[in-house]
Amino acid sequence: MSTDTLSTPVADEKYHGLTADQIEQLGAELDALRQRVLADLGEADAAYLRKVVTTQRKMEIAGRALFYLPVIGWLPAVACLSVSKILDNMEIGHNVMHGQYDFLGDPAFNSRMFDWDTVCPGEQWKYSHNYIHHTFTNIVGKDRDVGYGILRMDPEQKWHPYYLGNPLYAFLLMTFFEWGVALHDLEVENIVSGKRKMADNKPLYPGLMRKIRRQALKDYVLFPALTGPLFPLTFAGNAVANLVRNVWAFNIIFCGHFPAGVASFSEEETANETRGHWYLRQMLGSANIKGSKLMHLMSGNLSHQIEHHLFPDLPARRYPEMAVEVQEICERYGLPYNTGRLHQQLWSVFKKICRYSLPGGDAKVAPVRGPEAVTEDSLAA
Amino acid sequence: MSALISPPAPGGAGHLVGRLLRSRLAAALATPHGVDRYLERFNPMWAAHEVRARVVSVHRETSGTDSAPVATLTLQPTSTWRGHRAGQHVLVGVELPGPEGRGKRHTRAFSISSAASAPGEQFTLTIRAHDEGQVSSYLVREAQPGTLLHLSQAQGEFTLVESPATPTISRLLFITGGSGITPAMSMVRTLLRDGYDGHAGRRVTFLHFARSPEDQIFAHELAEIAAADNGVDVHLRYADQLFSEFELRRLVPDYRDTDTWLCGPAGLVELVKDAYTDPESSGGELSPRLRMEFFKPAVARAAAPGGEIEGEVSFTRSGATTAATGASLLEQAEELGLKPEFGCRMGICFSCTRTKSAGTVRNVLTGEESSLPDEEIRICVTAAAGDCHIDL
Repeated sequence: MSTDTLSTPVADEKYHGLTADQIEQLGAELDALRQRVLADLGEADAAYLRKVVTTQRKMEIAGRALFYLPVIGWLPAVACLSVSKILDNMEIGHNVMHGQYDFLGDPAFNSRMFDWDTVCPGEQWKYSHNYIHHTFTNIVGKDRDVGYGILRMDPEQKWHPYYLGNPLYAFLLMTFFEWGVALHDLEVENIVSGKRKMADNKPLYPGLMRKIRRQALKDYVLFPALTGPLFPLTFAGNAVANLVRNVWAFNIIFCGHFPAGVASFSEEETANETRGHWYLRQMLGSANIKGSKLMHLMSGNLSHQIEHHLFPDLPARRYPEMAVEVQEICERYGLPYNTGRLHQQLWSVFKKICRYSLPGGDAKVAPVRGPEAVTEDSLAA
Repeated sequence: MSALISPPAPGGAGHLVGRLLRSRLAAALATPHGVDRYLERFNPMWAAHEVRARVVSVHRETSGTDSAPVATLTLQPTSTWRGHRAGQHVLVGVELPGPEGRGKRHTRAFSISSAASAPGEQFTLTIRAHDEGQVSSYLVREAQPGTLLHLSQAQGEFTLVESPATPTISRLLFITGGSGITPAMSMVRTLLRDGYDGHAGRRVTFLHFARSPEDQIFAHELAEIAAADNGVDVHLRYADQLFSEFELRRLVPDYRDTDTWLCGPAGLVELVKDAYTDPESSGGELSPRLRMEFFKPAVARAAAPGGEIEGEVSFTRSGATTAATGASLLEQAEELGLKPEFGCRMGICFSCTRTKSAGTVRNVLTGEESSLPDEEIRICVTAAAGDCHIDL
């Protein structure tokens, strides 16, 4: 281990005492796991996706129809539509647009053609998410999902009195999450700081406006109008369904990278990354949520954020089975595997949002050495 | 040719529903997924924009024992089918079952064999099951009445240019080989259906080359056509009876000035093109009367996995070509000065996805090779493993 001169002391600490050789071996193990699942993809994955889509469409149609039943229909309608929008955005949209189902050859589930039921155009999201976030995961200054350009979520982000509003901004981002995601691509904070010019956003406006217009027309004009005198109720119901989806998506997504124990990285640290290092960064920079099958379905399997970040282009339904092996690999290499119940991870995220509204913060995650150091308590703290 | 397509069925309840489903209101309500994504939940044969078809019947064409079997599939398309002109082809997508198909949809082009169809009207595909063709084998051997297929609209410009109702073309010549008979058959059937007969000095010559009489499809119908008093001459040639200019001159003395439709394998196409090239004109000009339909460009098989890579990469959109080096297609394109879109350069973000129209490629991460036509590939993690054509 000590013969390796390539691993600098900094990398050593950052990567939990692993040598460059060990990191490459880790990468090879994960590649082999990926290959095994890839070779097994087929009809079962197609059938699963179609089943989820069928459920989502039924929920949507039921939701839209139930608004015609005044009083008793309203709550079930909102529930159906909320579930429909959550499934559409998470287990279907997010995963299809990652190219997970491109192998099916079905234009309806092709990442280049699919768009989802939110105001953010799929085309723009694929750039900021699939490319920027998944390539530069948790690299402060490059991964714009660290704080979404609004929040301070990492001690590496310089404090400013503006961040005193951190909890408030988080609450607003949660409430209007689909709008946050849509405007995310405009990189407003980079325009404020002078890193980006207003003109750079010009090409994005037409697509964004078109999508916003269509989504608003459908949810806030046409479907309410079709229920005639019930217009205000249907209008409100659609707004609530969008809100429910926003709150749920925000919470699941914030549990993916912001609970305690998740590592962030600097551009210098990751300058000359190998494939093994990239894998390691994805593992250390993500966190899972423990839960039932329903929990995994409704989160689009982002409850397996670690596996998703290791294998973003594999069908998400495979993550639970892969998680068993990934966790075993983590134990063998003495690496943390950040997971916890939803309430634990949410509490951890909440504390972080509040903590970083104030100056300072722990500079780095303390290195964890050896499997004995990895306990659920140490991670959920 | 439009005169051959009868006008759409007059308005009715179905017509009204169709118009409603294709309306802007329906599209706005179904956004962002589209009306068809909802209609298919209720009935796979309901569609507002897409085309699908149900197999109505399957008819075996040949009994050739040592050759690939041929079958004719009669298809009932959805009402969205806009009809076809004789000679056109259609893209057919099927979800192949079993471990080989792996639940994927495979899409291939097939010529339509029946006479020109009107919107929503039934038509037929006549398909030969090639050993290496998963789709053709499935359609010929396993498709049954009720099987659902995904279709494109009819496409292709290898068609009859006008209807016999306006007979400025009174002499037609079809030269076909193997499966190339299908579009020509569609044209002849259209002509005969629409009343083309041998009177007024009109004449059709049909010259076809097949491997053997057992391999000859449409044999019975061709014999009937030959026997009838309709001005259609049918000449069938088998096995080693190769195309010769001499024979063609005997059948159609002024063939270079005769409207000709040519469809068949590369060998036949080359011979016929030579015959239609006027040696006396400067530079050897190909007669403008010759219309051709090419099969997909044949590309050489790749080297065995791990073997030395040899072949040419063609970026078809830009026209640039380069020798395959084993570097990723993205790097090879950039070396040529092309600027394809890319993102992560490690195969995770799908920004660089392109279509490979033909040839063999190797995934540089997994070593997996693929020779499927019209396949979407991520060019940042894919290298050419032999000749290949990339839509770039």
